[in-house]
Amino acid sequence: MTIEDWLKAAVADAERRGMPELKPLLEAIARATRALRAADFADDAAPR
Amino acid sequence: MTIEELGKALRARDTSAEEITERCLQRIEADNARLNAFILVMADQARQQAQALDRELAAGRDRGPLHGVPVSIKDLLDVRGTPTTAASRVRDGHVAEHDAPAIAHLRQAGVIFIGKTNLHEFAFGTTSDDSAFGPVRNPHDPSRSPGGSSGGSAASVAAGMALATIGTDTGGSIRIPAAACGIVGLKPTYGEVSTEGVVPLSRPLDHVGPLTQSVADAFFVHHALQGDHIAATPAPMPLTGVRLAVPRAYFCDLLDDDVRARFEEALGRLRSAGAHVDDIAIHHANDIGPVYLHLTLADAAAYHAATLDRMPERYTPNVRLRLETGRYVLAEDYVRALAGRDVLRREVDAALAQHDVLALPTLPIPAPLIGATSVQVGSRSDSVRNLMLRLTQLFNLTGHPAMSIPAGTTAAALPCGVQLVGCRAQTDALLRIALACEAHINPVRTAV
Repeated sequence: MTIEDWLKAAVADAERRGMPELKPLLEAIARATRALRAADFADDAAPR
Repeated sequence: MTIEELGKALRARDTSAEEITERCLQRIEADNARLNAFILVMADQARQQAQALDRELAAGRDRGPLHGVPVSIKDLLDVRGTPTTAASRVRDGHVAEHDAPAIAHLRQAGVIFIGKTNLHEFAFGTTSDDSAFGPVRNPHDPSRSPGGSSGGSAASVAAGMALATIGTDTGGSIRIPAAACGIVGLKPTYGEVSTEGVVPLSRPLDHVGPLTQSVADAFFVHHALQGDHIAATPAPMPLTGVRLAVPRAYFCDLLDDDVRARFEEALGRLRSAGAHVDDIAIHHANDIGPVYLHLTLADAAAYHAATLDRMPERYTPNVRLRLETGRYVLAEDYVRALAGRDVLRREVDAALAQHDVLALPTLPIPAPLIGATSVQVGSRSDSVRNLMLRLTQLFNLTGHPAMSIPAGTTAAALPCGVQLVGCRAQTDALLRIALACEAHINPVRTAV
């Protein structure tokens, strides 16, 4: 799942559950996840 | 009065456990309404324990350095017969049937339990202002946070309400409040002190350890927590030739001016005392935050999932929201964070292969105002939570022993701390170096 798709789904779910105030926190996690996935220790099955 | 000083006075019959307990209870009576450090004051039990321990000493039974010492306990650890609230209404009605093993060891060592201290709800925060029992206040400036999550613990020692306290540390929750309140805080090596009977936050990162007025006192309490009764004061390691490594990039990039000045002064004093200081790099330092965030959020959300669904209204609003975000962390990202943790552990191990300790500030900022959500550091504004965790969370990920010792104050008289980090499974060696550093950076001054 891409980070953009994840964030969209997470925000929609939070709103459905009556917690729209989660949105800025989920956006902060998305930024951290972007950094995590870009790190050189993140696995990549294709040769880099 | 430190534990060491009390021990001498008790054995010389210059004071008694009952007398020192009364002095702590008087301080609680005078200051707890202002500081909100305690959730439960165990006055009657403490007096009974003190009298019994005085009788034992008079009869020739000496349990060691913690015999007759009043200690407060973070209200996250089970003490038999008392509630473990975790500063949350979620745990209403709980009463511990047994002591946590670490507490049982302290009881055996002759500790007097003076009370249970306030904290950030479920230890999930760094300021101790989100608590079902109201915010804890810093004894140095009650408009400011004492740090967290062991904020009530640190405040209780800094204000002379206890001679030592027991905290927990999952991202810095012993070292952060120790630095913010101007006392010593030790997070031992991961796994060294039992976390059984302690409400978890993130089990792979949770540690139990002491907050004290001196490094020697931290040594005594740390050993007692393991059921290991040390009688002698540890010998400081001579500083001549001790190799200190300072990780500059990331760790010293974002510091309050006064914090930076106190840190550089401390390094200067250690150099003058014969220590060798090198600058080093932790190459993946910029990944610490993302790695830590994914692990703690997911671990905490898993522990709280059932109560988040069943009784969400019992959480304080901010803690509930942060816990809820952890329910969205993907398994694949959790696995990436585990890989990052391994890389970071190897990098800290490599730095310590060439050095005796790492030295860095404990907190990049002095204690923030209660309720502040962001702080300006130079030209950059960042969230209080990010700043408070920035320099400590790495060593929860890696499991290395780390401690904060006082290192002067800002122009506004707010405490600063220096953090020392040792090799894994060598907490005693770290303490012996810290003992020597303390004598040069901050000769012990006590509260009681």
